[in-house]
Amino acid sequence: MSPEGINNIKRRNITNTVFHGLLFLSTLIGIMFLIVLIAQILIKGLGWLDWDFITNFPSRFPKKAGIKSALVGTIWVISFTALFSFPLGVGTAIYLEEYSKKSWYNRLLQINISNLAGVPSIVYGMLGLAVFVKLFNFERSILSASLTLTLLILPVIIVASQEALKSVPNSLKEGSYALGMSKWQTITGVVLPFALPGILTGTILALSRAIGEAAPLIMVGAFGYVAFLPKGPMDYFTTLPIQIFNWTSRPQSEFQNIAAAGIIVLLILLLSANAVAIILRNKYQKRI
Amino acid sequence: MQKNVKNKIIAKNLNLFYGQVQALKNINFNINEKEITALIGPSGCGKSTFLRTLNRMNDLIQDAKVKGMVLIDGSNIYDSSVDVVALRKRIGMVFQSPNPFSMSIYDNIAYGPRIHGIKDKRKLDEIVEKSLKQAVLWDEVKDNLNKSALSISGGQQQRLCIARVLAVEPEVLLMDEPTSALDPISTLRLEELVQELKKHYTIVIVTHNMQQAARVSDVTAFFLNGELIEYDVTENMFTKPKDQRTEDYITGRFG
Repeated sequence: MSPEGINNIKRRNITNTVFHGLLFLSTLIGIMFLIVLIAQILIKGLGWLDWDFITNFPSRFPKKAGIKSALVGTIWVISFTALFSFPLGVGTAIYLEEYSKKSWYNRLLQINISNLAGVPSIVYGMLGLAVFVKLFNFERSILSASLTLTLLILPVIIVASQEALKSVPNSLKEGSYALGMSKWQTITGVVLPFALPGILTGTILALSRAIGEAAPLIMVGAFGYVAFLPKGPMDYFTTLPIQIFNWTSRPQSEFQNIAAAGIIVLLILLLSANAVAIILRNKYQKRI
Repeated sequence: MQKNVKNKIIAKNLNLFYGQVQALKNINFNINEKEITALIGPSGCGKSTFLRTLNRMNDLIQDAKVKGMVLIDGSNIYDSSVDVVALRKRIGMVFQSPNPFSMSIYDNIAYGPRIHGIKDKRKLDEIVEKSLKQAVLWDEVKDNLNKSALSISGGQQQRLCIARVLAVEPEVLLMDEPTSALDPISTLRLEELVQELKKHYTIVIVTHNMQQAARVSDVTAFFLNGELIEYDVTENMFTKPKDQRTEDYITGRFG
């Protein structure tokens, strides 16, 4: 090989190494921030995190303050949100992918759903306040909060489910139709089982987004101090992000630490939700 | 035809349009009962499209429009009173590449019968065994019925797909290039199987492979540019075709 050729190879190798390094660095920056954030929260909050913190109601005395009503409130709100958003979202996705004809009307729906996914969450909070709290008179309740969060994550669930449904090979559907299956039998027998891992993953990720939302719930009227557990969907409520927000805005430094402890609980909840998503996906993928 | 056989399927002035494009042009074609009819022709000639008109699979394509008639046992399947789902149960179809469902071998076969109302476990066992035996797959999978259908070889999967169709007891079997994704040995086994199935079923098979058409079929039809150029007893088709274009195609001058 000519000297220029060898030189060229050297230069290409150097370029390769440089970019390898740059890309690694950009990954590292993101991870470093995450580590610093988590470390800071753990240092501040870990000392405050004990069983009493989980089982106590909030209090104006930092030593007695706990997260019970927020944790239970979050579970109530998210359960109802899941109950509303999963069937609505998956149903819409099935309609759009399997039933509706590809027309201008369908494309319009599609564009609007994608746009809705980009609307800031506070706007959904205002909508929830106007429609559920005032118009429907559901008041500042778990129901209003769940319905608002449902609207917020519905576009995400629809789009994720549509992608999952699109990934079902056409040959499988045809195979089912060729056996004399109706459309609905094909959807329940072949299409949904194949798409389920994708649908579940999308739904759980959307729900974990809803768990972390504070802004729309402030609009709908979550309370910063709730010293009882909700008994039904029409009760007052608070949630973890609201409680954390409430604590961080207090002047006493102890409450900052309590907020950090609250964040740890919220993180554990989110990570377990993601873990469930991964386990479900692996479980159903193994069958295939 | 010289033999005295019953026409199972009759296409009369059949036209098919995909939007503005005419994919089938005035097809008139009689297909005999319990014979194997092979459809040959170059890619895009309309042979697969014709096959799919016979169980109304083209209904699934949004802008496909059919004009004319397809009579099966004398009644037009494009009549507005026809239930497409019931029709497809009678006219089974096997596809180009094996498409087993992502479930066990047993469930793949039992899927059709279950939805058509058979719940009894013993009856289902019987159907599964009978269908797999008909598709000459039973001996290879009988100890692994609960294994995933995706874990067996391509040739076995294709026979599984045939068994799955046989389990709903159709009258006609449509096969769309069923060996195109298979190795030569699997192809040979499938061709033997098709010969065996002819005793009970009317079979229409699309193939790219002229030797295959010559080996397995009783009647061969040649399609070109959406037209049915001619059809005849296979032996005659390959020895003394009437149309120049048929001769050009089977002697390998194009296609």
